[in-house]
Amino acid sequence: MAFNIIVCAKQVMDPETPASAFNVDENARRVIPAQGIPPVVNGFDENAVEAALKIKESIDDTTVTVISTGTEFVMDVMKKPLSMGADNMVLVQDDACADLDAFSTVRILTKMIGRLGDFDLIICGQQASDWDNAHVPLGISEILGLPCLTEVRAIEIGDGTVTVNSSRSDGYEVFESPMPALITVNNEVGQPRYPTLRGIMQASRKTPEILSIEDVGLNSKDLTPVITLSDLFVPTSDKQCEILEGENDADSGRLLALRLREEKII
Amino acid sequence: MTEILILAELEGGVLHSSAGELLAAGRKLGDEMGADVSAAVLGESTDDAAREAIILGADHVYTASHPILTEGLADGQIAALEQICAETSPLAVLTAKTPLGRSVGPRLAYRLDSGVAQDCMDVTGDNTTGRITVTRPVYGGNAMAKFTFADNNPQVVVLRVKAFEPLEPNPERSGDVKSIDVTIDDSQIKAKLVETVKEESEGVKLEDAGVIIGGGRGLGGPEPFEQLEELAKLFNGAVGASRAVCDAGWQDHSYQIGLTGKTVTPDIYITVGISGASQHMAGCSASKNIIAINKDGDANIFKEASFGVVGDWEKVLPSFTATIRELLSS
Repeated sequence: MAFNIIVCAKQVMDPETPASAFNVDENARRVIPAQGIPPVVNGFDENAVEAALKIKESIDDTTVTVISTGTEFVMDVMKKPLSMGADNMVLVQDDACADLDAFSTVRILTKMIGRLGDFDLIICGQQASDWDNAHVPLGISEILGLPCLTEVRAIEIGDGTVTVNSSRSDGYEVFESPMPALITVNNEVGQPRYPTLRGIMQASRKTPEILSIEDVGLNSKDLTPVITLSDLFVPTSDKQCEILEGENDADSGRLLALRLREEKII
Repeated sequence: MTEILILAELEGGVLHSSAGELLAAGRKLGDEMGADVSAAVLGESTDDAAREAIILGADHVYTASHPILTEGLADGQIAALEQICAETSPLAVLTAKTPLGRSVGPRLAYRLDSGVAQDCMDVTGDNTTGRITVTRPVYGGNAMAKFTFADNNPQVVVLRVKAFEPLEPNPERSGDVKSIDVTIDDSQIKAKLVETVKEESEGVKLEDAGVIIGGGRGLGGPEPFEQLEELAKLFNGAVGASRAVCDAGWQDHSYQIGLTGKTVTPDIYITVGISGASQHMAGCSASKNIIAINKDGDANIFKEASFGVVGDWEKVLPSFTATIRELLSS
């Protein structure tokens, strides 16, 4: 029997972008993309792709479909999940998707999911490294009425059920739910695999399906924000680091410890 | 009177530490917006916890006792909160960024078709518009953003743990406790808890540690982490690591601090060989004191640290550890 997994993935600014290259247009309340640093697929979303591919390896006839929404996709970047081994990709690419709040993103993604037909699992990264809202997957589960399993580090598929280990600070909790279900994963679910040469070749022959918001049954009025960005700024730090300098490195280490005691930090 | 409702989580029958922080934030919003502060205490035998919530700032407490609620699962808590919201129409709902609160808050907002902001460091309320504005870090802490809620209530705010100091407990405070008869049945619990597994880790867990020693790429390999463990033990602290370290396999990913790892707020965070990339700082910038040992004086970590040494960690760390040992034993 066919097993269908939908993975939600987001194109984000590379979080490794050095702070010096990070700039904000305060008037437009927008982050200015760093010159020469291409975007990446959100880290946790790559973990989600990895989790889906592990299931695909263990269950015959599994299809992994990756979906996303945005204004301008860099295809070489967005096709990475396909190179890793995902089967299909559907993107809503539309100017109306500029500066969406998470609620509008949820509206679009749930409409896209509705178009895809039957599925068994939706797997998402637990949060995105740009706006860090960490609630798009939760919203999808609520709108679609799905069981919601969060911060998952291990997934096991049973007969019509899914069992997961959810990370907790002192261990993990095991949850079981019927399928279809929505799962958010963290980095402990497994390192995203590197695309193989064969994978890259296969992905190069695949064309993501590109849709507009009208194609999924929405118009720009449906994307009215429920929360509005009113200010965006780079925080200034007036922190001064006191550098301890001794006769040599070992001496500096000793001075550092003494200084911390003097300041009653230790 | 309009209300700011907070979800007071329970841990072993008593209020979780986050409840006091939420009540302090709720009190601030209530004063600014002319609203009362109410607390939802959901579980079994909630009397003591309800009293404690009043002492910490609640005007009203809604208790709901149900065996399902005792398990503290998101599905049950949301169902109960949904019913309390239907009865009390709060202006806002505040939850903590705990494993439970960060799931319950957003899901409640979507269920009630209102709005939510996660990981908020600050909140302000406008008395005229009845709207709340939150401040939260975005882009891994590279930028701060303020968001203002549109028209729908309840405005759901998920507050970062330790962002607010609890109010001074006042045993003289009075408030009323109302028991809400919630109807919850098993069918609403879609994700069933099968088992809770505690993992025996040596020493203190990262999220609870008062002192954390963090190791980065600059250490050059997995072996030096023994020295970090040694230092951490002196403080009864924990060892963490940067993403580069975990990606290289020098440490398990459960050690990872940062945007794609854990968020920690120790009193002292001592970094060794960590450059302080923004994605790392996103997980530790709320530490009270950051101390840096790094050979590159231009490294970003020195912009965040209050004390540091520019030097070779292999020489700095042993004498630092030895001196700390002396100081702590004297």
